[in-house]
Amino acid sequence: MSGAEPAIAVRGLVNAFGAQVVHQGLDLDVRRGEVLGVVGGSGSGKSVLMRSILGLRRPQAGTVRVFGVDALSRDAADRRAIERQTGVLFQGGALFSSLSVLENIAVPLQEQLDLDPELVHALCWMKMRLAGLPGDAGHKLPAQLSGGMRKRAGLARALALDPPLLLLDEPTAGLDPVGAAGFDALLRSLKQALGLTVFLITHDLDTLYATCDRVAVLGEGRVLACAPLGEVEDLDHPWVQQYFHGPRGRAARREV
Amino acid sequence: MAESPPPLQRDPARPGHLLAAGDWTLAEAERLQAALSGAGPAEALDARGIGGFDASGAMLLWRLCRRLELADDALQLREEHRPLFTTVCGICRNPPREIRRDWGLRALLGRIGWTVQDNAREIVALLGFGGQVLLTALRVAPRPRRWRLTSTVAHMEAVGLDAVPLVALLSFMIGTVVAFLGAQVLVDFGATIFVVELVGIAFLRELGVLLTAVLLAGRTASAFTAQIGAMQSGEEIDAIRTLGLDPIEVLVLPRLLALVLMLPLLAFLAMLAGIAGGMVVGAAMLGIAPEMFIARFHETMELRHFLTGIAKAPVFAVVIALIGCLEGLQVQGTAQSVGERTTSSVVQTIALVILINAFFAIWFMEMGW
Repeated sequence: MSGAEPAIAVRGLVNAFGAQVVHQGLDLDVRRGEVLGVVGGSGSGKSVLMRSILGLRRPQAGTVRVFGVDALSRDAADRRAIERQTGVLFQGGALFSSLSVLENIAVPLQEQLDLDPELVHALCWMKMRLAGLPGDAGHKLPAQLSGGMRKRAGLARALALDPPLLLLDEPTAGLDPVGAAGFDALLRSLKQALGLTVFLITHDLDTLYATCDRVAVLGEGRVLACAPLGEVEDLDHPWVQQYFHGPRGRAARREV
Repeated sequence: MAESPPPLQRDPARPGHLLAAGDWTLAEAERLQAALSGAGPAEALDARGIGGFDASGAMLLWRLCRRLELADDALQLREEHRPLFTTVCGICRNPPREIRRDWGLRALLGRIGWTVQDNAREIVALLGFGGQVLLTALRVAPRPRRWRLTSTVAHMEAVGLDAVPLVALLSFMIGTVVAFLGAQVLVDFGATIFVVELVGIAFLRELGVLLTAVLLAGRTASAFTAQIGAMQSGEEIDAIRTLGLDPIEVLVLPRLLALVLMLPLLAFLAMLAGIAGGMVVGAAMLGIAPEMFIARFHETMELRHFLTGIAKAPVFAVVIALIGCLEGLQVQGTAQSVGERTTSSVVQTIALVILINAFFAIWFMEMGW
């Protein structure tokens, strides 16, 4: 692995559902150690892009490389290598509803590694606290948690294998502003402590301003812009102008 | 890959000093733990040789420091590793409270108690729900505008019409089996003609309606539970309530009515199919021509057999609909809960149908019907 290689490199990605084309030759790089915010209107293919990067969806054309490994490879060893290096937080948390929080976090550890149960328990507990959950949450079932705690538990499970790359799908959607701000702070501190690379899909302007190094704007089947926030704001595109300079955008910028 | 250096070794230059090196990551956790457990007493640890470092490695390093009882300044760490180690230390200083699990006799007794209580609650809930549905039905009955005809007819199609092929085919097959069984015994007495009475009485009184009820318990009660359960976990039931509607009126009554109307019809169909099965076996294997089968049937069969059989159908319909809907309403949010409730509704309905059928049989016999 050379250090110069981007964490994620997407080239010429084409995704279509029947006649509806979502991505048309999309190119995107996520550099190592950065938090890349991905924004775009509903239906602009943010989640589809993430599913393509994770290999959950086979695009019609294009290549995706994660840490230099072909993400679309059917080779089991390649797939495993990518799975070991990526942590994913799905929109609803996607916790296994029949397992407690600690058991949820333990799943990847038990499946991927052969460790002493005591060590697994201690590691899971540490990851749970790292994600900002209180100590007594470990034995609760997902149904007994609030939305914000469920996201944190999902994040803890995503961090279980200490992946260098984290993909988050709208982590602050459905959280109250206080909870969302807490999540933003958590993400910042984790990124700093663990040196993570983060691919962050969000609609939340506050999260964008609080956490992201660069922002990629999806639209018209491609990346309209990928640059630090200050440059993207000034992009001459109707959707971008409305997004950043509408009433919500102005409010979020004032706070920074 | 070249052999990586040992994660922990004594510093040859400084006695009492340990040197940490290599990757301290989750992938190496097993090797690290083995090395750490063998580490002897030391007064200082130089961890500047560590290359790859992640949260799991940080935890293992913290554990080592705690075991060696190192002072805070006895650990030397690379500057870039410091924030992660500090974060993990902060967490690990407050260890989890162990939850004791009891697998002994007390736990066994406790679980039995809980189960008994759950079952008792279930029975009370079912009775209460039955009363609630009845009250709602009485309230809605005088107001035809609030009858949900579209919904009722849609359910009638789903639980009745769509089940016709299944009920007819299975009843026919059971009819042939009953005829075969009877013939095997009766042929020794030269009385194979009594197969007509055997199949006739069995299907009119018991099997027609019982088979239908058991099939619908599997097919319809589970469907009701899953439908309503999915709505419950999607907060649709709560939405119905907040819109000023009564979930019992909107969801339960149409299903109940559809089943009460369709189950007797299906039971009648099952009786016909079962008797037809007996007739086919009689004609093909036992030398009883269909004309003779029908003539004998006319001669010996009494109306009371049919009436006692079909009278049970609405009762079974109510049981199936009530349990199916009640279990659905008791779903609590998760996919697992939907599964548990669906299983429970099928088991409960089949058990109750067979139980009630037995009571009916005894009662009818005592009454001489």
